[in-house]
Amino acid sequence: MTMVTVLSRRLLLSAAVILALLVILPSALDPYQTILLSYGLIFAIAALGFNLLLGYTGLLSFGHSAYFGMGAYAVAFIVKYLKITSMEVFLIGGILASAAVAALFGFLCVRYTRIFFGILTLALSQVLWSLAFKFFWVTGGTDGLRVPTPSLLGMQMAPGQDKMTFLAHRYYYYVLIIFLAGLAVMWVIVHSPFGKALQAIRDNETRAEFVGVQVRKYRFVAFLISGAYTGLAGALWVPLNGLTTPEILHWTFSGKIVFFTVLGGFQTFVGPIIGAVVYNYLETYAVGHTVYWQLVLGIVLVVLVLALPAGIVGTAKRLGLRLRRAA
Amino acid sequence: METLIIHLLNSLLYASVLFLIAGGLSLIYGVMRIVNLAHGNIYAVGAYTTAWAVGRIEGGAPTIALYAILPIGAVAAAALGAVLEPTLLRPLYKRPEEYQLLITFGLLLVLEDVMRFIWGAYPLSASALFEGMGSFSIGESIYPAYNLAVIIVGGMAAAALWAFVYRTKFGVILRATSQNMRMASALGVNVNQVYVQAFTLGCFMAGLGGAIIVPQQGAVLGMGVDALILAFVVVVIGGLGSLEGALLGALMVGVVREFGITFFPEIELAVLYLMAAIVLLIRPAGLLGRA
Amino acid sequence: MNLLVTKVLTKYFGDTHAVDGVDFTVQQGELLALIGANGAGKTTLVNLISGMLRPDSGSIVFQGADVTSQSVHGRIKAGIARSFQLVNLFDQLTVLDNVALVIFSREGKTRNFVYLADHDRPVRQEAMDVLQRFGLENKANMLAGGLAQGERKLLDVAVAVALRPKLLLLDEPTSGVSTREKAPIMDIITAIVRSEHITAVIIEHDMDVVFKYSDRIVVMHQGTILADGTPDEIRTNDQVITTLIGTQASG
Repeated sequence: MTMVTVLSRRLLLSAAVILALLVILPSALDPYQTILLSYGLIFAIAALGFNLLLGYTGLLSFGHSAYFGMGAYAVAFIVKYLKITSMEVFLIGGILASAAVAALFGFLCVRYTRIFFGILTLALSQVLWSLAFKFFWVTGGTDGLRVPTPSLLGMQMAPGQDKMTFLAHRYYYYVLIIFLAGLAVMWVIVHSPFGKALQAIRDNETRAEFVGVQVRKYRFVAFLISGAYTGLAGALWVPLNGLTTPEILHWTFSGKIVFFTVLGGFQTFVGPIIGAVVYNYLETYAVGHTVYWQLVLGIVLVVLVLALPAGIVGTAKRLGLRLRRAA
Repeated sequence: METLIIHLLNSLLYASVLFLIAGGLSLIYGVMRIVNLAHGNIYAVGAYTTAWAVGRIEGGAPTIALYAILPIGAVAAAALGAVLEPTLLRPLYKRPEEYQLLITFGLLLVLEDVMRFIWGAYPLSASALFEGMGSFSIGESIYPAYNLAVIIVGGMAAAALWAFVYRTKFGVILRATSQNMRMASALGVNVNQVYVQAFTLGCFMAGLGGAIIVPQQGAVLGMGVDALILAFVVVVIGGLGSLEGALLGALMVGVVREFGITFFPEIELAVLYLMAAIVLLIRPAGLLGRA
Repeated sequence: MNLLVTKVLTKYFGDTHAVDGVDFTVQQGELLALIGANGAGKTTLVNLISGMLRPDSGSIVFQGADVTSQSVHGRIKAGIARSFQLVNLFDQLTVLDNVALVIFSREGKTRNFVYLADHDRPVRQEAMDVLQRFGLENKANMLAGGLAQGERKLLDVAVAVALRPKLLLLDEPTSGVSTREKAPIMDIITAIVRSEHITAVIIEHDMDVVFKYSDRIVVMHQGTILADGTPDEIRTNDQVITTLIGTQASG
């Protein structure tokens, strides 16, 4: 018991330090860096949602671009057709739209596991991509749709205020609060009886069925929550990016979500968050420094899979455990 | 009538190339239970290599030499496969399949940029081969003879592959391994060797697909990723791991694509993906797959 | 009183008559051993009763209600639980969570995702109690994947018992453990089954175990019931002896 208290106290302490850092950082960093961090936090929300399926339910989706993209396009449509620019409406719209798509796709996909689940999620997400790509009079095609800076809690960006400052300050805190809320909710979900049931399904589907867990139903709910989280991330992403294009619906974007989740370590709760933030820096710097950025990312991924399959957090945990044992 | 014939020929053209790509993907999955996300890029390597080789000797060499060098793309793809399987995939067979998918995704990213590095960002063309064959007339319309050659090569490849898998000793071993790897291993089959051979053969097919289509379409970056998704559609419809299924799937996708592009271009791709999704729902193992 | 009755229950696998018109009855409160050679149809019968397989024909009546076409979930609600010959556990959950999950499931709490599982004291307490009765309380915080084989077999049964079933189907609870471990495991299982008045059907190969622990024995052979009686009756049944010894000698 004392061991547990010591551990959780240490955990609380480090969480407090990280939180303090996240709060202070915008005043220490230049706006560009803060915006970069915002992107990282947004991808972390997507990763949290994605990992409910991969890490906790044992389903590898290669189609999460669909929900991220749906969240983003829902926002773009709200702007285009309803002329609304309230961030809260964006979020609700993004979540509802992505949850609706997740409900439809999830209903079809949860009958399958393993490779068939992966391929089916991929094929369905590509349907959305091809629609966004081809129906250019609705979606803007490859030019995409522009999304202006939204009002946050009813407050517009001050006239004459620099957009960059707005995004690096107010929008950052907005994202941070939603990220923290999302984090807390997901933490409760995976530690709830429902979360335990998902882990049971991951470990042993047959036995889960034989202790009364309705496997398909639970997978479906997990799929829905996962899609809604990823959609929320998409809705937060689009004002930051200012534009949504079919690229974020393409399956290679799903690949990136898988990538950063595994980079952080999908067998841990915080792994995907770390992975998302680190990946975002990695990609940004690789893109900024070489045209061969895909090569850099690809090599990182290959090395990761071959040498560090537990990811950053998983590996750190193992090292920590070994050090503690040695001490 | 003429237009119908032309549409059908075009469908067969698509189907031939798709069969080569998807057949390779399916063969690899059937034997090794690995879905290679980089398979489309292997096809692209085949296309680029042939286009590059043709470009090198074009002008100086007789036309016949250009045709003789065409298969080099398939050879390059096969060589690549023979190197990749033992180095990247073999260490992962005992791990969950998530990792196998991921490493091939990493490979996809790497190959995409390696091609950019070697052959640059601009498309390569081998159209000399395409033009060299001229055309023939169907009624009032003219049709490129090269397209017909592709269809014939595709058909011959399908026949050769069928004979190879069902009529040779290696084919027997391949099929045995795909049905029960442990049993095959217990009976003295060198599974490692079968795997590298199957992977190489699968890559050879993809490379051949790239090599024969490049005179008609050219080689561009991103062609591999697009091809992969179509190959997925083909194998899902036909049945992952089934060569006959890949043939059937390729024909179906070829026809739907050709008529889709003509009659419902906006939803042509969506229809293909939906076809795959529907087949997966009704017959998870594909139309000709084993359950 | 009959707890479970099957009528001409039949299941074919291709040409194999795995279960061939079986009339099988389990009485309230008894501990019944189901024996027979490999391939006699014991596991198939248990799979049919537990809902893992659908019969080709025939019916299954549990507590007077026809459950033949009921889902696995429905049968568990009705009170039928089972364990598995090859241990089926949640390897990456702790031993305690393996049992706690079952209790959550039984109480319909797995639908709840707004509170922390570890903070549910009654459930944790009950899970600890279950573990204690199986002698696994010291392993509560270990991952189930890290248990030794004998402990895994016990936990597999504990998971089924935590469902508080009326009928417990145990598929070879002592297979894969050493002869020395068999008796202690059976002692624990039978003590719990008796004290909680659970009706149990146990598939078992070890004849010593069967004769020592069961109230009644049903012998299966090639998909049909060959004999049915008390341990003493079965021990002296010539037909059973020749069949069992015959198949053992040939197999």
